[in-house]
Parts: sequence; C-alpha cells; structure tokens
Amino acid sequence: MKLNLTLVTLIVLAFAASLLAGRIWLPLASLLSPHDSLAGLIIFDVRLPRTILALIVGAVLGLSGAALQGFTRNPLAEPALLGVSSGAALGAIIAIYFGLVALSPITGPLMGMVGAVAACALTFALGRNGTVALVLAGAAVSSLTAAGIALALNFAPSPYAAYEIMTWLLGSLADKSWTQVMLVAPFAAIGCVLLAMTGRALDALSLGEAQAQSLGVNLTRLAAMVVAGTAFSVGAITAVSGAIGFIGLVAPHLVRPFVGYAPRRVLLPATLAGALLLLCADIAARLVHTNPELRLGVFTSLLGTPFFFWLVVRIRKVAP
Amino acid sequence: MTLLTAENITVTRGGKPILRDVSLQAHAGEFIAVVGPNGAGKSTLLKVMAGLLKPDAGRVMLDAGPLSALSTRQLAARRAYLPQNPQLEWPISVERLVALGLTPKLPATGGLPESYAPTITRALEQCDLVEKRDQAATSLSGGEFARAMLARAIVSSPQILIVDEPITGLDPRHAMQSMTLLQSFARSGTLVIASLHDLTLVVRHASRVIVVVDGGVIGDADSLTEELVHRSFRVTCHLTGQGDSRALTLLSPSEK
Repeated sequence: MKLNLTLVTLIVLAFAASLLAGRIWLPLASLLSPHDSLAGLIIFDVRLPRTILALIVGAVLGLSGAALQGFTRNPLAEPALLGVSSGAALGAIIAIYFGLVALSPITGPLMGMVGAVAACALTFALGRNGTVALVLAGAAVSSLTAAGIALALNFAPSPYAAYEIMTWLLGSLADKSWTQVMLVAPFAAIGCVLLAMTGRALDALSLGEAQAQSLGVNLTRLAAMVVAGTAFSVGAITAVSGAIGFIGLVAPHLVRPFVGYAPRRVLLPATLAGALLLLCADIAARLVHTNPELRLGVFTSLLGTPFFFWLVVRIRKVAP
Repeated sequence: MTLLTAENITVTRGGKPILRDVSLQAHAGEFIAVVGPNGAGKSTLLKVMAGLLKPDAGRVMLDAGPLSALSTRQLAARRAYLPQNPQLEWPISVERLVALGLTPKLPATGGLPESYAPTITRALEQCDLVEKRDQAATSLSGGEFARAMLARAIVSSPQILIVDEPITGLDPRHAMQSMTLLQSFARSGTLVIASLHDLTLVVRHASRVIVVVDGGVIGDADSLTEELVHRSFRVTCHLTGQGDSRALTLLSPSEK
C-alpha cells in the first residue's frame, strides 16, 4: 500500500515536471495559465497529450510484463521477448505500408492488435510445454515478424517511406496529439482490465499447473485472458508509440521484493512503476538535445540492457 | 455414506494401459492408503479421483452426480489435491503459500479478507509451521516445504483430501505427525485418499488399504496383510504388534 502511494506521489511530481520541461522551460505558475496563452497552448495541446500517452504506454508495458512473468513463471518474460511487440509493430507497419492509416487513423491500432493477437497466439501455441519452449517460441515468432518488417523496408516505395518506418520502429512519443490518446485509451483500458482480472489465478499458478487446476483455475480461460489482454493493450500502444522495450521487463522486478513476490500483488505497483519509468525516460529523452532527437525506444533500451545483464548474472547465481 | 465412486475407470497413454477397469467406492471418514510398486498407476488413479484427469472409459461420481458435471471451481471448493513433488515458482511467504489453498473461496480480485487469518493460523499450527509463517517458502527445507504444502491442502477444510506421497522426504517425527494429522481429518468426517510407501505408517493409521499393481486393484482391505505385501511388492514381510505399536518389517525380496 505504502509502495503504491509512493509511486503515485512520484508520478504526480513527474507529471508536473513533464508539463513544464522541454525545449522551452515553463515556470510553475504556468500550470494555471489559461488555455489560449502560449504557455497554455504548449501545456494543453502538446505536452499534456504526450504525458498522458507516456503514462498509458508505461502502465500497459508494466502491467503486461507483470502478468506475462506471472503467467509464464519466467522472470524474463515481457511483451517484446514473447514476440507480442514485434507482432504489433508488423501489423502497424502493414497498415502504414498499404496506406490504410492515411484512409483512417484507427486502422493503425487495429492492425497493431491483429498483429499482436496473431503473434501472441502463435507463441503460446508453439510454447505450451514449459517456459524454455515458450521463450524459444517467442524468439521464433520475433524472427518471423522481424523478417516481415525487413521485407516491408526492402520493398518500401521510397527511401523516405523506409526512413519513416525505421524511425517509427525506434519508438517515440514526440508529436503526439489528443487523437492518438483517444485512439489508444479504450483498447489499452480493455486490455488492462482483462490483465488485472487474472491476479488470483496467477497467484494459484505459482504452485504449478496441476495445483492451480486443482484450486479451480481454468487454465484455458486464463491463457485466453492473458493473450487477449496483452494483445489488446500492447497492440494498441505499439501501433501509436512504436516498439519500446525493457519497461515491461524491468518494472515488475523493481517492485516485486516490496510486495512479497506474490504475482497478484505485483500487478498494480508494476503498472504504476511502468508508467513512472516511461514518463521519466520521456522527460529525459526530451531534455537531451541531440540532432536528430534521441528516440525514446532507444533510450529505454540503453537503460534497460544493463538491467538485463544484471538479471542474467543473478539468475546464474540463484540457479542450482 | 458413499462420497466418491469410481466406475470402471480405464486410462490409456500412448497405447499402453495405465489403469484398467478400476472400480471403488470411498466413504466420508475413511483414510484410504493407496499402495503399490512404482509405476503401478497410483498417481493416475488419484488424479482421476480428484477430477483432474478425464478417464478414457468409466466415470467418477461425487455423491449421486458425475464429477465431470461440476465446474472446476465448484469441485475445488469441496476437494483438495496435492501432487507428488509439489513446486513453488516465487519466493512467497509460508503464510501466503498456505493462503493459496483458499483460492476457490475467494473472489477473482481483491486481497485476502482478514476473517481468514484464524483459519490460516490453525493450518500452520497443525503442520507445526507457526514460527516459519513469514519466511520465504522456497527457503524451507524439503520436509518443511512438504508440510507447508500439506497446510495449503487442508486450510480450506475440504470434504475430500487427495494427496500423492505426502510424507516422502519427511523425517520420522514429521512423517508420523503428518499421518496423525491425516488420520484426525478422516476421523472428523473428511475422506482422505493418500498414496504412501511407508507401510508401517500405513498399517498404523490408514482405515483402509487399496493395493494397485499394473493398473488394477488387486487388494482392498481394512489393513495390509503379509500376503498382500507379498503379492504387490514381491517381498516377504513380518507384521507385529497391535494398534499404535503395529509395525511391518520388510524381510527380503521373495522368489517369484
């Protein structure tokens, strides 16, 4: 409880910072400025949607990471490792590539979800026999989708289109407006509700499948909820923000020791930690002045990789 | 009162029969020990009786209705099952591990209601684990872990308790304690079915013994006899004593 309150407090602080920080620094008082002033325009039309999007994207990554780690009982599970993110990316790229997005912007998130559902279903279907099989299946599905993305780049109609796809793949929250927030929010919400409802079953699953089943957990239904929840939420956010790695891996690990490791109790704080991490990363990426700009996805990867190494070393120590 | 009935159960795996045409009736208040050599089909029989494995032929009845008509949750509220070599994937505390046994009684979301605290404490007391309640269950010794799992199984006060080799790996004191505990559960009206290898504890505590060999029941009696042990394990043995001092001494592998 204390942990959640701390995280919420930090999120509120980061939220305020995110509205004020950037190429143009705004004074604290401008948070109360009217909508039609310059400061008001920057805050309400530029930084507020970007901030809210960062919170949604981070929360989805944190929650889906926690749910996938609980479901697979594998500390390395995250949407990207299981091919879900790249599936969503491929779906969204197909939408961009064939000009569907130009016809109707909602096709981006929709195709993202279709790609995520397909990738997720394929991974879980191939990797049913334990966690090693699942991680391998995730790697296989990721390669498949990577090949699809490479194909799209190969046959891109123009160098400009290829560049467009490339930069989009790197992941960013720059130049996002309320339209994107409105597109993502409903799907992210549906997915998050599905994932949040898996808590009790995930707890029982820490005893293994046989005992979980004997405790009344319907394993098929649980798998369907995890797949659908991840696909909806991660599919939608990836279609808007591009691929952003490591938040889903890191967030659950950061909070797990504070809540006694029970998978259900990890869900909420991992969601909050994911939102906080991504918002902070986005603020930091904004403040590093480079040309071209440092992409958020690249930034989180740079931050996340050392953590991955630490996890590998730790697992090697813990493993028999 | 007949609680659980197996009717002509047959289970086949990869063309090989694991259980052939097994029928038995189990009653409330019985402590049934399922004994037999390795690979005889004991675990499979327990899984079928627990409703976790659908037999290829035959059916299991709970009261008067087929077991398969119940939802997994309805069944979980009445029956607890503990597999052989139970596992735990996260280092959660012993108390939380035991609380997982209450899963079928809890709503899908939300925390554990405070009202269950005494129930959990009682299960911890019965399994001699009160001092370990806040320790990570994965850091327990093998014997302590087995007792924690037993506490997890009994915490929901099930009508039917099915446990697969619950005392394997326990030291003599805790093995005896666990058997006494299972026996007291049976005496208070629970149907207890356990597969066991310690034949002395079986003759002391079980109220009925079912002997499984090669997928079939070859003996169903109030207790083990020297003849039954000989037929099932092909070892000679000696039964001595009465009541709590009964003992079964294994002598030597017998000639065929």
